[in-house]
Amino acid sequence: MKKPLNLWGLSALVLPALLLALPAFADDAATAAAAAAAAAPAGPPKLDSGDTAWMLSSTALVLLMTIPGLALFYGGMVRKKNVLATLMQSFAITCIVTIVWTVAGYSIAFTTGNAYFGDFSRILLNGIAGFIVKGNDTQAFVLASGIKDVADMSTTIPETVYMMFQMTFAIITPALIFGAVADRMKFSAVVIFVTMWSLLIYSPIAHWVWAPSGWANQMGVLDFAGGTVVHINAGIAGLVCCLVLGKRVGYGSDNMAPYNLAYAVIGASLLWVGWFGFNAGSATAANGRAGMAMTVTQIATAAAALGWMFAEWITKGKPSVLGAISGAVAGLVAITPASGFVLPGGSIVIGVAAGVICFWSATSLKHLLGYDDSLDVFGVHCIGGIVGALLTGVFSYGALSATDASPDGSPGGLDQLKIQAIGVASTLVYSGVGTFILLMITKALVGLRVDAEEEREGLDIVLHGEQVF
Amino acid sequence: MKLIMAIIKPFKLDDVREALTPLGVQGLTVSEVKGFGRQKGQTEIYRGAEYHVSFLPKIKIEVVVPADLTDQVIEAITKAAHTGKIGDGKIFVLGIERAQRIRTGELDNEAL
Repeated sequence: MKKPLNLWGLSALVLPALLLALPAFADDAATAAAAAAAAAPAGPPKLDSGDTAWMLSSTALVLLMTIPGLALFYGGMVRKKNVLATLMQSFAITCIVTIVWTVAGYSIAFTTGNAYFGDFSRILLNGIAGFIVKGNDTQAFVLASGIKDVADMSTTIPETVYMMFQMTFAIITPALIFGAVADRMKFSAVVIFVTMWSLLIYSPIAHWVWAPSGWANQMGVLDFAGGTVVHINAGIAGLVCCLVLGKRVGYGSDNMAPYNLAYAVIGASLLWVGWFGFNAGSATAANGRAGMAMTVTQIATAAAALGWMFAEWITKGKPSVLGAISGAVAGLVAITPASGFVLPGGSIVIGVAAGVICFWSATSLKHLLGYDDSLDVFGVHCIGGIVGALLTGVFSYGALSATDASPDGSPGGLDQLKIQAIGVASTLVYSGVGTFILLMITKALVGLRVDAEEEREGLDIVLHGEQVF
Repeated sequence: MKLIMAIIKPFKLDDVREALTPLGVQGLTVSEVKGFGRQKGQTEIYRGAEYHVSFLPKIKIEVVVPADLTDQVIEAITKAAHTGKIGDGKIFVLGIERAQRIRTGELDNEAL
């Protein structure tokens, strides 16, 4: 299964020699090439500068979602004594996952490997410069499926850009988790847990869903930009974390009102803007599908913000600012798997459903079940992700995902809905159980939680020796 | 000399200041404070979590005036800070033994 990739690596060395030798063997080569073209898929497509430019921009936009977007969104919602610790989690995770992704994460997620796990051909990004000749890429990135009847994943951008774009997804996913255990987790535990989680939970699930050899991809699970890989994954991990760590000291009696909702509004707005890179960028090209992904992202987000706002207005009497921005994030989450598959009409339904259902899960379900998910990671990301992943199977418009090999694409319907449900369920189980095991390992190594006195004093001063001002 | 300490609603500060100037009050000190009285605080709701906030933001004005101005100042503050709703605040009056302006060394009423 490793062969196709290794061949590409080799080709960097062999290609110049072949080119030199070509005239001598011109006749033989012509017949051989014709035979090869008939037998094997065409060579990697050329780079497209427009696609590459858009993907470079998208990568920067998605990084913007974590720092400062998510950092401010979360930082504004915690109490004053924990603001810096919360900002620090997003910032440190950005740095940790960058290194983890470089060392092994990318290789596990985006090399051929088998249906569950990539291989180790890109450890330390080995071979990623293989296509660069005279300072320029000559070939775009192709990820071989390793399976005869399954199409390779071809792009028109360099592998460096593809790797970086995916890195920003690998960064934001674990950063989302820690909203659930805000105000009480040790920083050392965060560092250890994130390193393991990124390698053993995130990378494999990304492989299942996005690598052509991944089992979920082959089964036909539709996840355009990360409903399962990012949001359901982080959401269920957040729930497991907050169940294992337990409630905050003073939960239910102390005032835990947000320190600065203006930060949260700025953060949510940056998330919204960055999400255009996340969703429209997941087309890996500057094309019509990217345009449609951007369109439905905007519509679903607005619909969800209004859905939450009106639901809150009607049931609680006031349309809160925190409610409106939470609704917007719920909409962004829900449209993530669907963008690139659905049309504007479907996106309105997805948005409204996400806004209203996430409102219920964050304000009622949580209090009903009594877990302390500090910033509603489960209620917004997991529930919103499930709503989006399932409704993708309902509203998917075939033409958007049609290819020469499958001219009908993946239209929505009962069969697709079942496949989506399998994608959701397997992510919930793998991430939920895996997160629990990694938490136990972390607990054995350094412990998970600061002690009650430190928690009362605040993580900023206890963990980092600083105060917000 | 008397120290008049008034706790008022924050948005009434400018009205109070405008009411005191015509009386010859030459200076006052303002602090942002929190507290509770009969108003007892308010309820805030964040994603369904209700918090009773017992300490509400208020403004504390401290002004030292010659004893003969006391009644007028109290009346002016009462009038300017009045809304008729719960939480309008309170006024306290304390005696002052001595006052001195740091720049010139002037004493008592001269220093106000």
